[in-house]
Amino acid sequence: MSHPSHPGRGPERREGPGIAVAFGVSALASLGLTVLYGFGGQPQIEGILLFIALGGLGAGLILWGKQLMPNAPFVEERKLNLGRPEARAEVVASLEEAGPDAGRRSFLAKMLGGALGALGVAALFPIRSLGTAPGRALFRTPWAGGGRVVTIDGEPVAAGDFEVGQVLTIVPEGNLEAGDSQVILIRLEPGEYEPPPGREDWSPEGFVAFSKVCTHAGCPVGLYQAGSQELFCPCHQSVFAVLQAAAPTAGPATRPLPQLPLRIDEDGFVAAQGDFVEPVGPGFWNRPSA
Amino acid sequence: MLKKVARWIDNRLGTSAFTQDALNKVFPDHWSFMVGEIALYAFVVLIVTGIFLSFFFDASTSQSVYDGSYAPLVGVEVSDAYKSTLEISLDVRAGLVMRQTHHWAALVFVAAIVVHLCRIFFTGAFRSPRELNWIIGITLLILAIFNGFTGYSLPDDLLSGTGLRIAYSIALSVPLLGTWMGFLIFGGEFPADQIISRLLVTHIMIVPALIIGLLTAHLALLWRQKHTQFPEPGRTEHNVVGSKLWPTYAAKSLGLFFGVFAILVLMGGLFQINPIWLYGPFEPQQVSSPAQPDWYLGWVDGALRLFPAVELRAFGFEIPNPFYPGVLLPGVTFLALYAWPFLEQAFTHDREPHNLLDRPRDRPMRTALGATTLAFYTVMFIASSSDLIAKWFTVSVLDLVRVFQVLVILIPPAVGWATYRLMKALAGSGAPRLTEMPLSALTHPNGRGNGAFPHQERGRDAHAGGATAGDDGDGRSAARTGGDGALPAQRIDDRE
Ligand code: FES
Repeated sequence: MSHPSHPGRGPERREGPGIAVAFGVSALASLGLTVLYGFGGQPQIEGILLFIALGGLGAGLILWGKQLMPNAPFVEERKLNLGRPEARAEVVASLEEAGPDAGRRSFLAKMLGGALGALGVAALFPIRSLGTAPGRALFRTPWAGGGRVVTIDGEPVAAGDFEVGQVLTIVPEGNLEAGDSQVILIRLEPGEYEPPPGREDWSPEGFVAFSKVCTHAGCPVGLYQAGSQELFCPCHQSVFAVLQAAAPTAGPATRPLPQLPLRIDEDGFVAAQGDFVEPVGPGFWNRPSA
Repeated sequence: MLKKVARWIDNRLGTSAFTQDALNKVFPDHWSFMVGEIALYAFVVLIVTGIFLSFFFDASTSQSVYDGSYAPLVGVEVSDAYKSTLEISLDVRAGLVMRQTHHWAALVFVAAIVVHLCRIFFTGAFRSPRELNWIIGITLLILAIFNGFTGYSLPDDLLSGTGLRIAYSIALSVPLLGTWMGFLIFGGEFPADQIISRLLVTHIMIVPALIIGLLTAHLALLWRQKHTQFPEPGRTEHNVVGSKLWPTYAAKSLGLFFGVFAILVLMGGLFQINPIWLYGPFEPQQVSSPAQPDWYLGWVDGALRLFPAVELRAFGFEIPNPFYPGVLLPGVTFLALYAWPFLEQAFTHDREPHNLLDRPRDRPMRTALGATTLAFYTVMFIASSSDLIAKWFTVSVLDLVRVFQVLVILIPPAVGWATYRLMKALAGSGAPRLTEMPLSALTHPNGRGNGAFPHQERGRDAHAGGATAGDDGDGRSAARTGGDGALPAQRIDDRE
C-alpha cells in the first residue's frame, strides 16, 4: 500500500448538511411506512416511502464516502504469483503419493472409476420416475371415443342452432381439460369448403373442425378472421386458411391444423367420428408424415 | 467494544492479517465497474422479496372456486397457485409491492448481467488470466435467464401458461430425446399436474443455490486475481489504483446497494407488472393476445417468429421448426460466449495475462464483432413485439415480419461495419472520448495524430510517464506502459 507520487487528495472537501438530512429523511419515511401499514397499506405510497427510506440511506452513504472519507487514489501492488513451477511440481508429487507402484495403482484407479461410473448410471434411473413414458400419448387425443362435441363449459352443440359463419371452441364430452383436444368448430356455407380427397364426409352441413393447437409451438390458435376465413395464432403469427383445409399461409408453422372428422348424431348434435388421423400440435422427431 | 470483539475473534481465528489486507484492498473507481455490483444487489433484493413471497405462495394446480376480493374472478375455477398469487397481490398487506419489486428486480438482474458482460467483452477483461471467471459469468447469465422464466411461470396464469406450452413444444422438438425430455420435465403430456411444484423447487432452491455458489466463486476469483483497470498514468500491469475497501469503497458500495433497492421498490410500487388478475387463470384452450415473454427471452421469441417455415425431414424422422430458433440458436449463442476468450486467443495468438483493459477503439475488430452480435439479438428482440408494433402503426403484422426477416440479416453487418469505421476514426483522432471526436476524423480514419488530441491528453492530470495505449487495432496486444513500469504482466505458460 502506497500513495501515488502526487499527494493530491483533491481540493479540500467540505461536509455539507446533506448526509444528515438524507439519513433523517430516510428515518421519517420508514416511520411513515409503519403508519401506512397500520392503516391497511397502499401499494403506490408504500413504493414511494420505501424508495425514500432506502434511497436516503443510499444517498447518505454515498455522500459520506465522497465527502468525508479518504478519496485519494490508492495504489495496491498485485502480488499474485501465477504459475510457479516448483510449487506445482510439489503438488503433483503429493497427489501422486497415492500408492506404491504405478501399474497396480492404475488398475485400482480403473476399478474405482468403474464403480463410480456404475453408480452414476444407476443414479440416472430415478430420472425415469419423473414422468410417464411418451408412448403413443402424442399420437392420440381424447377424441378417440368419437363422442359429442361440447363447449368449454360442457354444453353440447345442436347443429340446428349453429349459424353459418359462427365459430366456437369445442372439446370432447367428458374431457374438458386435456391439453391436446381443443378444436375450433366453424360452420361454412354448404359447398364453400372443398374437402381434400379422403375427407369428403368429414364436414356435414358445412361444419368443419380443426385442431386448435398450433402446429408450430402449440399455442391455441385463438383468432379467427371471418372475412378472409383465416385462423391466426397470436404467439408467432402463423396464419391458417380454413378453406384450404387449414394449410399454413404465413408465419413459421409448417403443417396444416389437423382436421377432426365430424358427424351429426341422431339427436341433431354435432359429434366427432373419431380421433384425428394424425398427431396434433407441434412436431416431434418421430411424428409420421401426413 | 470494537477492540474487544477484534481481540476475541483474532484469538480464536487469527484473522487480523487477512482482515487488514481485505480492508486495504483497492477497487478501481470507474463507473462501469458498478454494473456487476448492480446485478449482485438486484440478486440480494430478489432473495429478500422472494423469501417473503414464498411464505404465501402455494404451488398446487388443484382447482377451487375463487372467492377473494377481486370481483371479476369470483366464482371462477382457478388453481391454488393462481389463487395464492392473487392473494399476495390483492389481499396480503404490502404483498403487491413485494411481488412487483421481485419481478422488476428479476428484469434488472438479467439486464445488469448483460451490461456487465458487455463491459467485460468490449474492454477485453475476459482475457487471460480471467477466462475462468468469464465462464462462471456466462453460466450465471444462463441461470439468471432460466430462473426468470421459472419464476414467471409460477402463477399459473394464462400468459405464463402459454409460455410454458411453448417451452414444452421446444423441448419436444429436440431430435431423439425430445419427447422423453418433454414428458420427464413436465411429468407427462402437457399440461401435467406436477409442473408448478417442480418449477417452485427449481426456482427457489436449485437454481438459487447454484447462483449463490457460482456468485461466491465469481467474487472469490475476482478477489484473488484483483481488478482490471483502464490504462492511465500510474496504472500498470502490476498495481491497482482506486479506493480502499474500507471505508470509502464500502460506504459507496453500500450506498449503491440501497440505491438499487430504492429504485426497485419504487418501480415495484408505481409500475404495474404482470397483472395476472387481468390475464386470468391458465386454460389450455385459451390464449392471451398479445403474448410476449419477459424481455430476457424476447430474442428467442423473436427468433421463433422470424425463422422461416421450414423443417428437415428424412428417413421418416423430422427436426421440427422450433428446434432451430428455440434450441440451436440459444445453444450456439451460449457456446460461442463460453468459447470467446479461447477463440480470440487462437486468433490473435495473444496468451499473455492482461490486467490493463482495452478501450473499445483499441480493438476495432472485436468491438465491431460485439456490436454486430448485439445488433442481431436486438433486432430479434424487437421482432418479438411485432404484433404490438403492427398495431401501433396499423400495418400488417405479416408484412412487418417480412421486414424484420430482412433487417435481421442486413442490420448486424451494417452496424458492425459502422462500428469498425467509427473505432478506427476514434483511435486515429486520439480524442479522449467519442463525443469529443471531430467529425472530420470519420472521413480521414487514418489521419492519426492530426493534432487535435495528442495522446497524453488522456491523463490530464498526468504526472510521471504518460504513454498509454497503443492502438494497433487487430494485431497482437500493444505493449502498455504506465508511469512506473514498462514490464508486461507476468507470463503464464500453459504449455509444459
Ligand atoms: S405457436 Fe402458433 S405460431 Fe408459434
